[in-house]
Amino acid sequence: MNALGLLRDVKELKRLKSELKKEKREKFVSVCGDTGCSVWDSKKVDEVFRRVLEEKGLSEEIPVKSTGCLGFCECGPVVIVFPEEIFYQKVNEEDVEEIVEETVVKGKVVERLLYHDPREDKKIVKASDIPFYKKQVRNLLGDNWLIDPGSIVDYFSREGYAAAAKAFTEMSPEEVINEIKEARLRGRGGAGFPTGVKWEECFTKNVENKYIICNADEGDPGAFMDRSILEGNPHSVLEGMMIGGYATGSNHGIVYIREEYPTALEKVKNAILKARETGMLGENILNSGFDFDITVSVGAGAFVCGETSALVNSIEGKVGEPRQKPPHLAEKGLYGKPTVVNNVETLANVPRIIRWGAEEFARAGSKNSGGTKIFSLVGKIRNTGLVEVPLGLPLREIIYEIGGGIKGGGHLKAVQTGGPSGGCLPGYMLDIPTDFEELDAAGSMMGSGGMIVMDYGTCMVEFSRYFLSFLSGESCGKCFSCREGIYRMLEIVEEVAAGTATLSHLDLLEELGEMVKNTTMCGLGKTSANPVLSTLKFFKGEYLAHIMENRCPAGVCRALVTVFINQELCSGCGVCRKKCPEEAITGEKKEPHYIEKALCSKCGICIESCPEEAITRA
Amino acid sequence: MKTFCHCNNHYGLENSSIILFMQNIQRNCGYLPEDELKRLADNTGTPLMDIYSIATFYKSFKLEPQGEHTITVCTGTACHLRGSGEVFEEMAAVLGVGSGGGTSEDGKYTLEKVNCLGACALAPLIVIDGHYHGNVTPGKAREMIEEHYK
Amino acid sequence: MVILFGFTLNGFEVLAWENMSILEVAGFYGIEIPTLCFMEGLSPYGGCRLCLVEVGPVGKSRLVTSCTYPAREGIEVRTHSQKVLQQRRMLLELYVAACPSSKWLQDLASKHHVTEVRFKPKGEECILCGRCVRMCREQMMGEAIGYVDRGTQRRITTPFDKKSEDCRLCGGCMYVCPVCQLRCQGPKEESTLCSSCLNLYPPCAEKFEEVMCYMDPCAACELEKG
Repeated sequence: MNALGLLRDVKELKRLKSELKKEKREKFVSVCGDTGCSVWDSKKVDEVFRRVLEEKGLSEEIPVKSTGCLGFCECGPVVIVFPEEIFYQKVNEEDVEEIVEETVVKGKVVERLLYHDPREDKKIVKASDIPFYKKQVRNLLGDNWLIDPGSIVDYFSREGYAAAAKAFTEMSPEEVINEIKEARLRGRGGAGFPTGVKWEECFTKNVENKYIICNADEGDPGAFMDRSILEGNPHSVLEGMMIGGYATGSNHGIVYIREEYPTALEKVKNAILKARETGMLGENILNSGFDFDITVSVGAGAFVCGETSALVNSIEGKVGEPRQKPPHLAEKGLYGKPTVVNNVETLANVPRIIRWGAEEFARAGSKNSGGTKIFSLVGKIRNTGLVEVPLGLPLREIIYEIGGGIKGGGHLKAVQTGGPSGGCLPGYMLDIPTDFEELDAAGSMMGSGGMIVMDYGTCMVEFSRYFLSFLSGESCGKCFSCREGIYRMLEIVEEVAAGTATLSHLDLLEELGEMVKNTTMCGLGKTSANPVLSTLKFFKGEYLAHIMENRCPAGVCRALVTVFINQELCSGCGVCRKKCPEEAITGEKKEPHYIEKALCSKCGICIESCPEEAITRA
Repeated sequence: MKTFCHCNNHYGLENSSIILFMQNIQRNCGYLPEDELKRLADNTGTPLMDIYSIATFYKSFKLEPQGEHTITVCTGTACHLRGSGEVFEEMAAVLGVGSGGGTSEDGKYTLEKVNCLGACALAPLIVIDGHYHGNVTPGKAREMIEEHYK
Repeated sequence: MVILFGFTLNGFEVLAWENMSILEVAGFYGIEIPTLCFMEGLSPYGGCRLCLVEVGPVGKSRLVTSCTYPAREGIEVRTHSQKVLQQRRMLLELYVAACPSSKWLQDLASKHHVTEVRFKPKGEECILCGRCVRMCREQMMGEAIGYVDRGTQRRITTPFDKKSEDCRLCGGCMYVCPVCQLRCQGPKEESTLCSSCLNLYPPCAEKFEEVMCYMDPCAACELEKG
């Protein structure tokens, strides 16, 4: 292929695409290069693949793609061989030679590396046949398999920038906005505000210099879909921003990335440079008369900056405190100019809506909101990973059919959606659809899409304590009710966990929760009581057990549990005695050991070290 | 300084703001020394108070010199559920730093918490000098540090 | 040209000008809304949340801070509804628990019928209302104090917690503090005056000839005299 030059107009873009189509390679190997898999040394696997193919003289013919997240993080490092779409899991360096020899050259399958479906007890060859993928509708994540995020050519060959070209040359901004509205696209960042309406508000402001911001400050603990999109398919977000810029009348986009995501930052920067080189960003894009450029801003570690007005303050180089509204950002945003802030996932959906048309896009989804939503399914779930499903799919299907149920064969106790701002839903509510309104009504929220699954080994009191302590450090501290309310709620929950609370504390906790919900200024404060209020609503029994019986049913709260050695199971091997950092374990060789209660710090090191599994916490 | 300029660095990629300058100082010095911040205030005309507010508000800014090695424990929800709290406590105990983290007395290690690194499948996760280690337990964490010290 | 418009305040049709806050309109009509961080002459801050009012029709209403919320045509505002009073009382209870020794807060709480405090008293001396910060910046054109850290760790101090070179020891910050009663601890003690201002030296006339003390009589000096 010729070196990519500047694409001056739509014709040149189309010519490039038809060239790419001709040269398209069917055979290639995708190695997941995402953070998750790289912990299992996927980088080395990638290197070895390249080396082995080079040695065999196949590197020209069969390219290796270091892709973004393939979703199934549980099985990392993941390798998929195309065109057969053979899915290999937990691949290490030694396996590469065999894969190349057998699969790439001879077209045979390496049995031992295939995914084993525990339910049907059989091996599955094709990625899309694996239950984890089969149930999903991977509109956004699907391309992650096929493209190298570092290559704009790969994106072009997947219909890349076709939507932008269509919007700039065939549609007016009003038409773009209408299309987005008809697609029922709603903000994926948490609040679920209709994107079309947001854009229209900004479009109607007759001011020079407007801004469109991509909110990539994904601070929700336990959620990583935005990171995966940015790392796996950064151009789709850039294209979404360009279209958003066109529709709102702004010529400047800013991607605000949290600094905990260095890889994403690098990929986005690279993508912007590539887009500038090919003329997808800059002046008079594709001879349409529209100018647009994108820059990045890097966060500095503050959860509250995910709140749009705090984010704007942070870009301006100020302390990331939310602003008083009104005025709204669409009136007075970044540097006092009308500003639109959209989430990464929202923007990544935009090119598809323009390309497919609203009707086709909204075919997946529910009555109120169209399209798919990515959830990060984590916690005590068998298949940890990213899951993309049509909005409105019941929780049960996501957890059991895609997620494969609870890890270790336990039972589901609760599922938490929406991160620190969401609520915990009990097992009997799993049939509610994952829809903005439905989740809100149930006392939780969609949030940005974290989905945390808990089994009976999780203490709900401890869980709300965790979120409260998270929020007490992340609140900006400006509003007295948020700062002090969270502190006091935390104080009470800590007392419950320590077994020193009384029944009246629970009423007080509820009253406090309502107060915080009603009286704080920004989204962080307003939702900060959700974990407490929802666990109080659905798991009150657990709070009562802590208070009335001084007992932690899940065996988690340290003040209320003891660690003991089952005298019948203990073989007296002495491992725990050697490992105990407090020297609390005594016992003769080959005789059952016991724990000195007064010395025990309940750290649990003995439990994990015991070969007989004789030590428990209860 | 206050106006929007996107050609501040040679790539023209990052927005120039006081936060970017501070990030650059931290990259060069490892932390934010007081003198540097004062100079930044003089050069940019930003009140020193504002710079101090920003430096303390954002958690990635350090006002103290850091240890030779940085150990980051992810305390995201998934990691928390799988016991990152215990891992952190254990590490804090081994290194002799407070329950909120900090730098060990010999200046060798800095222990800190981070909200979520987005690699939840590997929970609990710790990062030592940029290297990710998944599925850590308190026992493994202790071993890792003790091995390092040898 | 001044534009007049009407909206509903506690069931009455009232008139307001553009750019007036609800708090100002209510004050104009003689309706008292308690405030802490608000002060005439300083920009509204909206941090203490005490001036909450209910905006919107019943059932669809929300609580907003009246000091920052602009009066708009046709809105429906209730300043002393059940919802408002309940939250206001809770806030005051929290205030008293945070700063139990402040007379100002105690008076305010008792005025609103807060009779018990169900939280552990904290004994703080600053409620971070930020009056001092705004006084310093907006009226005294200084930049000596500001907010530091965040969340429950947030506090007001000088850069690097050292005596600020920008501080002219005007004492304006202490003058506007609604919480501290005994602001000056006498000319001998070189400690903080109250945690909201952190001037390391007391601005007593006896010690610094060029500044004057706003306390009349200065409690600390009175103590010193015996």
